[in-house]
Amino acid sequence: MGIEIEQSHPSVELSSIAISETHGENSPYFAGWKAYDEDPYHEITNPSGVIQMGLAENQVSFDLLEKYLEENSEASTWGKGGTSFRENALFQDYHGLKSFRKAMASFMEKIRGNKAKFDYERIVLTAGATAANELLTFILANPGDALLVPTPYYPGFDRDLRWRTGVNIVPIHCDSSNNFQITLEALETAYKNAESMNMKVKAVLITNPSNPLGIAIQRSVLEDILDFVTRKNIHLVSDEIYSGSVFSSHEFISVAEILESRQYKDAERVHIVYSLSKDLGLPGFRVGTIYSYNDKVVTTARRMSSFTLISSQTQHLLASMLSDESFTDNYIKINRERLRKRYDMIIEGLKSAGIECLKGNAGLFCWMNMSPMLENDTREGELKLWNEILNEVKLNISPGCSCHCSEPGWFRVCFANMSEQTLEIALKRIRDFMNNKDRKDIEN
Amino acid sequence: MGVMSMEQPQLLSKIATGDGHGETSSYFDGWKAYDKDPFHITKNPQGVIQMGLAENQLTADLVQNWIMSNPEASICTLEGVHNFKEMANFQDYHGLPEFRNAVAKFMSRTRGNRVTFDPDRIVMSGGATGAHEVTAFCLADPGDAFLVPTPYYPGFDRDLRWRTGVKLVPVICESSNNFKLTKQALEEAYEKAKIDNIRIKGLLITNPSNPLGTVMDRTTLKTVVNFINEKRIHLISDEIYAATVFSHPSFISIAEIIEQETDIECDRNLIHIVYSLSKDMGFPGFRVGIIYSYNDTVVNCARKMSSFGLVSTQTQYLMAKMLSDDEFVERFLAESAKRLALRYKVFTGGLIKVGIKCLQSNGGLFVWMDLRGLLKEATFESELELWRVIIHEVKINVSPGVSFHCSEPGWFRVCYANMDDRDVQIALNRIRSFVMKNNKEVTVSDKNTKHCWQSNLRLSLKTRRFDDIMMSSPHSPMAHSPLVKAST
Repeated sequence: MGIEIEQSHPSVELSSIAISETHGENSPYFAGWKAYDEDPYHEITNPSGVIQMGLAENQVSFDLLEKYLEENSEASTWGKGGTSFRENALFQDYHGLKSFRKAMASFMEKIRGNKAKFDYERIVLTAGATAANELLTFILANPGDALLVPTPYYPGFDRDLRWRTGVNIVPIHCDSSNNFQITLEALETAYKNAESMNMKVKAVLITNPSNPLGIAIQRSVLEDILDFVTRKNIHLVSDEIYSGSVFSSHEFISVAEILESRQYKDAERVHIVYSLSKDLGLPGFRVGTIYSYNDKVVTTARRMSSFTLISSQTQHLLASMLSDESFTDNYIKINRERLRKRYDMIIEGLKSAGIECLKGNAGLFCWMNMSPMLENDTREGELKLWNEILNEVKLNISPGCSCHCSEPGWFRVCFANMSEQTLEIALKRIRDFMNNKDRKDIEN
Repeated sequence: MGVMSMEQPQLLSKIATGDGHGETSSYFDGWKAYDKDPFHITKNPQGVIQMGLAENQLTADLVQNWIMSNPEASICTLEGVHNFKEMANFQDYHGLPEFRNAVAKFMSRTRGNRVTFDPDRIVMSGGATGAHEVTAFCLADPGDAFLVPTPYYPGFDRDLRWRTGVKLVPVICESSNNFKLTKQALEEAYEKAKIDNIRIKGLLITNPSNPLGTVMDRTTLKTVVNFINEKRIHLISDEIYAATVFSHPSFISIAEIIEQETDIECDRNLIHIVYSLSKDMGFPGFRVGIIYSYNDTVVNCARKMSSFGLVSTQTQYLMAKMLSDDEFVERFLAESAKRLALRYKVFTGGLIKVGIKCLQSNGGLFVWMDLRGLLKEATFESELELWRVIIHEVKINVSPGVSFHCSEPGWFRVCYANMDDRDVQIALNRIRSFVMKNNKEVTVSDKNTKHCWQSNLRLSLKTRRFDDIMMSSPHSPMAHSPLVKAST
């Protein structure tokens, strides 16, 4: 309908937050999703559609969950006549179900190979890591303050950490010269950068294992970061959402381990974020947690979680599942193996197409280096290539600029949200694309 | 673990170190007293009976039966597990279409099908708590204010203000006209805010009212709509108690006024409804909050914000199935109203017998009890003194009017739907004993006679150390429900 209806009076203002763009949905990260939504690949009904490789989901281990549910049907857990259903439906205590918190603590310990202990009383529940990260930001920083975040980082942080909180992100620049590791120099530079912009730095926020790099942070680097935040008297938030997706357990070091080895000296400034969205592949259930070594943060976060509690129905389900030790031991082991297999498959496939990736050991994606393919070594060059890949190769992958990478040409490619067959097809498309490019180069 | 020495105090934000969480309110003190000494029919028969929690437990059996008869509604049963993967993976903030459709239909049904709701305008949130906060974030900037008629739900102080920086400006309602909201009160509050340099962005009404339990009549609703249109401010109608209305006059939703009333002009972009399944269905644990806005921009913005508080797809799936079962919903709503009506009658009848009046109401899960006659003085200090007596001697947790920002002392909100019949009688017996013990001069007359307190009524109020009550509890104020059914 193109009829213009004259506005007799201007519409009432919404808030500044409402009209701002900080929700971030205009980033290319999301534009690719839109392209996928409009033309989604399906092996039978739409075999030439866009394959979604921009979504970091874990779909490789669903059968294990389904098997558990079949053997432990919920009907049996509601009691005679379903009486405990009612109790559960009424439960809105922001402490969360004790059985669930204990199960989460134990699961987090298992993922870290029992190298760190978690006290279930320090677990605060939130509806997803999205909420957990925002909540911590509200608690640790005032509007106008800054969080230091290593680049490249998860695009969602721009919204989660900044949108409603009014807090700024100041990047800690990492580059390929040392495999994107965080250096003390980079930390200091970022800190000074924030200061020069008159922003008070309140915390460093790391993602370990890293999204989008797909690597677990090395022990020495973690020690350095911990020393740095102690020197500056600021907080450290460690988002360990991919901790269960490390291909071999001994390669992941959690900040929890380091704190334990230091007898928890200065632990009050450390807070861990976790979720079941990646490791268990349950993003729809909205299960996030904050684990803080700071009593006041635990109390305050718990109160704030009123805005974002986990459905008691879901807590009940997961309490059972995660207390079942034979299930969790088996799941963690098999999930790791399958992710490693997928990772190997995609790395091999890309290699045979002439594409190198950063050597990774975790996560649901690889960090692909296509800088040799860029026409221009710029953000525009990267986006041009990205568009080509989206529209010609029909693959949605995430351009490094959407992750605030300081070097153009890197792309995050997810491999765990599809079947092996689909991954094969995606790899074939890439191989064909690269072959065509080679031929064009030769012809030119 | 976690007890460390720091060079300097660990700095947290102003939001974290302030009192915005609201837990120092007297509203929560009673819960703390209950937590320490909870009533249980066999294990602790002298404990505190929880009548400060507005929960609906009267229809649990209907729901339980439905759950047991519909195993496919759960994705964790053999019948439903084939849908598990799809649900577990689905994190689209639009929500499951079948969920939105079912909720839209349910909202319509609870308004007697007099109005329909568009599923595309339904936005999820972390309970109504989350819905209110999101609405405030969308409509107002820090420092802006919402007008709120008193008395109002204490949680608003936290939900609307804590992290948003938004203020609340009370619109005073008085017992002289049964706490009805008047144009004069609205204008007064608005003008005062103007003088104080506070920018009003909206008016928040709760209809049916918490704590009054009354519904807004059509005239008042039209007054409200005219007021907000004239002032060009938003209207948020919290209709969380919509289906708890059990008798006439019936509940009129703001949606009906917008859709049906042709003699008033209204900019729909100003109208927003907050809803939830916590009260009508009795599912507070499931965190099903809804924002329904007639403003496209607000829908879009709130939807993006819902990422911070989505409803678990496991729950969306169950709710979609349950609320689409037309026969069940019809039966549920009818039975719920019937049981609430009976409970109200029993409870208020018992109170009348000992000369205690309540505001005439026909909804909500509570009564607004008038104890002005028992106050030593018409002050809030006296109200709190009386309240301490009720908690510690009568052993009932009720909520004092001051915590609802009531302008007149002596009123108390008493919840009656979160316990079974037997425990209602126990509560009434305790109240009866207390009144009898302290009032030998008042004659107890039958239901048809109007009551008035004798002015020479004297009560011996044992003073309690304030500290006893203000001790902080490690537990949340959102206490466990008093499931007072005996296990034997």
